[in-house]
Amino acid sequence: METASNSVESTFRTRKQHLSFFFDNEKVLGFMMIAPAVVYILALVGLPLILAFIYSFSDITIGSSDFSFVGLENIKNLISEFEFRIALKNTILFTAVSMIIVLVLAKILALLLVKDFKGKFVVRVLILMPYVAPISLGVIGWLWMLDSIYSPINWMMQHSGLFGPDFWPMWLGTPKLAMTSIIAVHVWRMLPLATVIMLAGLASIPEEIKDAALVDGAGYFRQLFQITIPLMLPIMMVAVLFGIVFTATDIIIILVLTRGGPYDSTQVLVSKAFYTGIDAGDLATGAATALFLFPLLAAVAIFMLRIARRTEVT
Amino acid sequence: MPKHPKPRKKIGIRIAHWASLAVFAFFASLPFLWMLITTFKQDADLYNRTNNPFIFNSAPTLEHLRYLFNETLFVKWLFNTAWVGTLVVIITLALAIPAGYSLVRLGGRWGEKLGIGIFLTYLVAPTILFIPMSRVVAKLGLQDSLWSLVLVFPSFTVPFAIWLLMGFFKAIPPDLEEAAMIDGYSRFGAFVRMVIPISTSGILTVVIFSFTLVVQEYIYTLTFVTTASRYTVSVGVPTFLVHGDVYNWGGLMAGCLIASLPVVIVYNFFVDRFISGYTLGAVKG
Repeated sequence: METASNSVESTFRTRKQHLSFFFDNEKVLGFMMIAPAVVYILALVGLPLILAFIYSFSDITIGSSDFSFVGLENIKNLISEFEFRIALKNTILFTAVSMIIVLVLAKILALLLVKDFKGKFVVRVLILMPYVAPISLGVIGWLWMLDSIYSPINWMMQHSGLFGPDFWPMWLGTPKLAMTSIIAVHVWRMLPLATVIMLAGLASIPEEIKDAALVDGAGYFRQLFQITIPLMLPIMMVAVLFGIVFTATDIIIILVLTRGGPYDSTQVLVSKAFYTGIDAGDLATGAATALFLFPLLAAVAIFMLRIARRTEVT
Repeated sequence: MPKHPKPRKKIGIRIAHWASLAVFAFFASLPFLWMLITTFKQDADLYNRTNNPFIFNSAPTLEHLRYLFNETLFVKWLFNTAWVGTLVVIITLALAIPAGYSLVRLGGRWGEKLGIGIFLTYLVAPTILFIPMSRVVAKLGLQDSLWSLVLVFPSFTVPFAIWLLMGFFKAIPPDLEEAAMIDGYSRFGAFVRMVIPISTSGILTVVIFSFTLVVQEYIYTLTFVTTASRYTVSVGVPTFLVHGDVYNWGGLMAGCLIASLPVVIVYNFFVDRFISGYTLGAVKG
C-alpha cells in the first residue's frame, strides 16, 4: 500500500520533473524556442545561399535535372562578356550616384522635418508614400509619367517654359535619360526610409548637448558639422549600408521601367541575372551573375558587425 | 532664462522652410496624384496631348474602375495577396516570438551573437537567392502555386521580426516574469501569460510589417508563379494589365492606387517602430 502510493507519487514527480525539464530548464527551453526559427532560416536562406555557390560553378539549366561542375568556367565567360561588364559598370554607377543623392536630400529633408510646424502629419504621410506603397505599383505611376507621348512632366516643363516647344525628351527611350530616370525613381523611392532613419538619428542627440552648444554661441553650421553630423555618424553609416544593399540588389524599378534597355544601358547585375537565369533558363550563368554581389554584401555585413560591436561597448 | 531659448523666426525663413517641404512633398506624391487623376479620366481626355493633363477637360468617369473590377483578375489578386499575407504573418509570429524571447532572456552570450547572425541574414537579399530558390520550389512541387510564396516569404519576414521583437522584449523588466515564476508559473508559462500579453503592440507592429512586405514582394512571385489567376497584386497589375504594348492606363492606375492606399494609411501609424529594426540599436528610443 505504502509502496504503491510511493510509486504513484514518484511517477507523478518524474513526469512533473520531465515537464519542468522543458519548461523551467532555461537552457533547454531557450534552445527549443529558438530552434524552429534557426532551422527555417538555415533551410530557406542558408541552403539556397550554398546552392547559389554550387550552381555558379556548374552547368545547370532549368530543363535538366542533373548537372556537372565546370569550375570557374561561368565566371570566366562572364568576365570576358561585354554585356556583363556593362551591367557591372551600371550597377556601380547606379548605386553610387543614387546613394549620394539620397544621402544629401535625406539629410536636408530630415533637418526640415525635425522642426515643429503646422500640418507636419500630412507632410509626413505624403513624403513617406513612395516607400510605403507597393514599389512595383508606384513605379508604374512613374512609367506613365515618363510616357514617350503623354508625359505630364514634359507637359509641365513645356508650359512653364523650361523646355522649348520642340523639346519633348523620351525619358525611357534614350540611354542616358533612361539611366537618369532610373536613378531619379530610385531616389524617390529610397528617400523616405533614409529620411526617417536620419530623423531617428537627429532625435537621439541629447538636448543638453544642443543647449550647451547654443550657450557657447555655436552657429548653425558649426553645430551641424561639429555636433550633429559627428554624433549621427554611426546611424548614418547604418543608413548607407542598408541603402547600398537595397540599391544594388533591387531590380523592380528596372524590370518595370526599362527591362534593362535601351541597348542594355540600364541593365544591372541582378536584372541580367534574372533575364539569363529565369527567362532564358540558364540557371548556372544567372546564379554566377548574381553572385558577383556577394563580396559587396559580405563587406557590408562586416561593417555592420563592427558598428554593432562598437555600440555594444559604449 | 527659458530652457530652450527660441529666437523669433524671421518670416522669410519660415516661407523658405515651407516651400522646400512643399517641393519634397510634391516630388514624393506626384505619381500618386497622377494615378488619382488618371483613374477618373475619360480615355479621350487622357490621350490628347493638347489638354492640360492635370485637370478634367471632360467629365470624370468610373469606366476604368468598372473595367478593373469586372474585366480583370484584380479582385482575385487582392484576395491572393490577403491570403498569402495572412498565412505568412501567422508563420512569422509562430517562429519569431519564441525565437526573439529566447535570444533576449535565455540565450546569454550566444544569444547576442546569434541575434546579430539573424540580423545579417536580411542582408542576403532575395536577388541572390531567387535562382536557387526557384529550383528548391520546383523540387518540392510547389511551382506556380501560392504555397511556394507561403513557404518562401517568411525567409525575409522572420529575421526582421525577430530583431524587432528582441527590442520589445528587452524593454520588459525581468522582475515581471520572476514574480510570475514565484507565483508558480514555469518560465514558459510566464512567457505565455505575462510576456506575450504585454507585448501586444510589438506583435502588432510585426503583423503590419510582415503583411506590407508580402504586399510589396515582387521578384519571388514573378519567378515562381506563371498562371495569371495566382499572382499577387504587386505582380499581377504590372504583368497582366499590360497587353503586349497596349497599356490600359486608366485601369492600371486605378489598380495601383487602390492597392497602395490601405497599406499607406496603416503603415503610417507604425513607421517609427520599424526604424528601431533598421538602426541596429545604434539609436536608443
